[in-house]
Amino acid sequence: MKSYKTKRTISNALGYIVLIIISIIWLFPFVGLVLQSFRSYATEYGGMVDYLVPKHFSLDNYKFLFDAGQTNYILWYKNTITIAFFVTLLQTIVILCVSYALSRMRFTGRTFLMRFWLILGMFPGFLTMICLYFLLKQFGLTQAGAIPGLILVSVASSGMGYYVCKGYFDTIPKALDEAARIDGATRARIFFTMIIPMSKPIIIYTALVAFMAPWCDYVFASYVAFGHDSSYNVAVGMTRWVWTNDYQGYFTRFCAGGVLVAIPVTLLFMFLQKYYVEGVTGGAVKG
Amino acid sequence: MAAQSADNSKKSAVSTFFNALGKGLKDIGVIFVEGDIKTKLSYIIFGLGPILRGQILTGVAMLLCEGLFIWFMASFGWQYLSKLSTLGTIATKKVGRKTVYGDNSFLILLFGVLCIFAIIAIIAVWYMNIRENRKEELLLKNGKKLPSNKEVFLSLFDKNFDKTLLALPVTGVFVFTVLPIVFMILVAFTNYDKNHQSPTNLFTWVGLENFKNIVSFSGAGIGSTFIQVLLWTLVWAFLATFTNYFLGLAVAMLINKKGIKFKKLWRTILVLTIAVPQFVSLLYVMKMFANDGLINGYLIKWGIIKTYIPFWTDPMLARITIIIVNIWIGIPYMMLIATGLLMNIPEDLYESARIDGANPWQMFRSITLPYMLFVTGPFLLTQFTGNLNNFNVIYLLTQGKPQSVNLAEKAGNTDLLITWLYKMTVNDTNYRMAAVIGIMVFVVTAVISLVVYNMLPSVRDEEGFQ
Repeated sequence: MKSYKTKRTISNALGYIVLIIISIIWLFPFVGLVLQSFRSYATEYGGMVDYLVPKHFSLDNYKFLFDAGQTNYILWYKNTITIAFFVTLLQTIVILCVSYALSRMRFTGRTFLMRFWLILGMFPGFLTMICLYFLLKQFGLTQAGAIPGLILVSVASSGMGYYVCKGYFDTIPKALDEAARIDGATRARIFFTMIIPMSKPIIIYTALVAFMAPWCDYVFASYVAFGHDSSYNVAVGMTRWVWTNDYQGYFTRFCAGGVLVAIPVTLLFMFLQKYYVEGVTGGAVKG
Repeated sequence: MAAQSADNSKKSAVSTFFNALGKGLKDIGVIFVEGDIKTKLSYIIFGLGPILRGQILTGVAMLLCEGLFIWFMASFGWQYLSKLSTLGTIATKKVGRKTVYGDNSFLILLFGVLCIFAIIAIIAVWYMNIRENRKEELLLKNGKKLPSNKEVFLSLFDKNFDKTLLALPVTGVFVFTVLPIVFMILVAFTNYDKNHQSPTNLFTWVGLENFKNIVSFSGAGIGSTFIQVLLWTLVWAFLATFTNYFLGLAVAMLINKKGIKFKKLWRTILVLTIAVPQFVSLLYVMKMFANDGLINGYLIKWGIIKTYIPFWTDPMLARITIIIVNIWIGIPYMMLIATGLLMNIPEDLYESARIDGANPWQMFRSITLPYMLFVTGPFLLTQFTGNLNNFNVIYLLTQGKPQSVNLAEKAGNTDLLITWLYKMTVNDTNYRMAAVIGIMVFVVTAVISLVVYNMLPSVRDEEGFQ
């Protein structure tokens, strides 16, 4: 009995050691990001250095970000929030509509539509980039009008991402619908007054995923807003800081900007983590 | 067995399609012969029958479709559709100091495709219009009343609610996904590249030339580059998927272990990589591993190495580093999913195994792993296809670099098909080859999905693990 106990203690201790090592690896880049964002631009080099902890802590980089005379960072931030807000709102509505129709109603072409969208999803998204760019250009939604253009493109194709939400609707018993229909409720009424109130977790999941995506959208955003500084989002603007060699000194500024981007998104995510886990687990099992 | 049944269903799908087509054609004839004058006139003027019978809403909607179609073709569509076979013949010229624009091949192709879709749509509306006439005629003949306009409108919120819900999303997918994809598939059969940029230059159909280029291994052919990039794409997708899967599972089991405390804390730390936008975390990690980055800096300072380790500039090392960084990014997803699923495994299974004297490894191999693989089969497949197209990790870390002299078309050693496609589009405006690569990505994804999906135990045997 005693040997069993010691064995257990040892294996637990090993477990803790592994977890602590993992935690250090996982946290190191984020700690580095925060620390380097405080490195003074004036007294130390703004580019890459071979030490982690700055010699002088200062808010130089943050001051730079908020100085509209030197950078459009605030504008980029506003752009990203605008895009994220509208994409979240509209995409959630679209996905709910599509999922309800596919989960609850049986109409001609339903299976065809689902198969067709599945096949469409196998085409790489960037394939259509120039065509989309051109379509947007026809409506004046590139460069200066890139923000509504990006919202339009994200929302227009979002119907295809119905899987997780439809899976959730499928688990709500159909008997409920039938009972309501016998009582004379229309489909629309069932949708708005029964299904939607019952779907809070999946609505939050859908909205959360929709909200996070625009913060990382570098590829298409940089293509649509090309050369028009005031229509960049944070990803496009800051990625340019890192990649362009002339901007070597911008590394610490990138760190500061990254911290400001990461804080609200991370907090929101942590706050709604429960729903996220529910969504991905449900989606993974159903495929 | 599975392949055979898939084959059968495909055959039956084809035959159903032709049966339906034949029936539709027969209907069109029969309805015309048997129909009254209102129906017959509706063959030319859409919705006239319904309007005359008092179905204003349905009739006017159909008539509007016809009007819109005619207006679209006459004012706009025809000039492009008529040139679709050549993609334009009049080149843009300079007359003196003025530029006289000729045909724009891009517009001709794009709007030509749109016209073809419009024609298909109008035929569908025409057929619906004929069926509607027939339905109304039969109802009236049987002495029943036609639904009032109000009822027709209200059915959009009840019986036909699906049409209301799907109208906008389907249109959106059509305009911003289907149309561009068809356009790009057609570009693969043209010579649209940097020497044939519209509107200054024309481009035209070249048949299968681009496809020949991608499988040609001699001279200017890019066959060998394509094979190398494809191989790395497959190797990457395989390694990325399975390292994340098994390591994520291991971490989840470690955190789930009985004696371990602060479960929530460990999970929260890991989940940070999901929460922080990837362009921040990946770009920072990229700089961390750079030649003048933190890792090399510390290793040199501590005297472990003399010169920097070329994490991103050595081809092999770059590939390994990418996979390691991807583990950092990917484990948390798997950890989250596995955590929930592991709790679903009944505890008595382990209990009885322990009584039988099984050690932890045996329990993992014969209880945990089969269960997890069974339940997460479809997830593994989507992860794999997702990794085939995992643009962010590759592009933010290396942009496909380091470049190699052995690879054509500026492909780099860590380029996936998808990043190569992106570079062709953005840097080289080599749209013709980008389109071919895109089609290849589709083929690879579709083939793998189809084959693996039919092999999945959870698909073949749905009741298996109950």
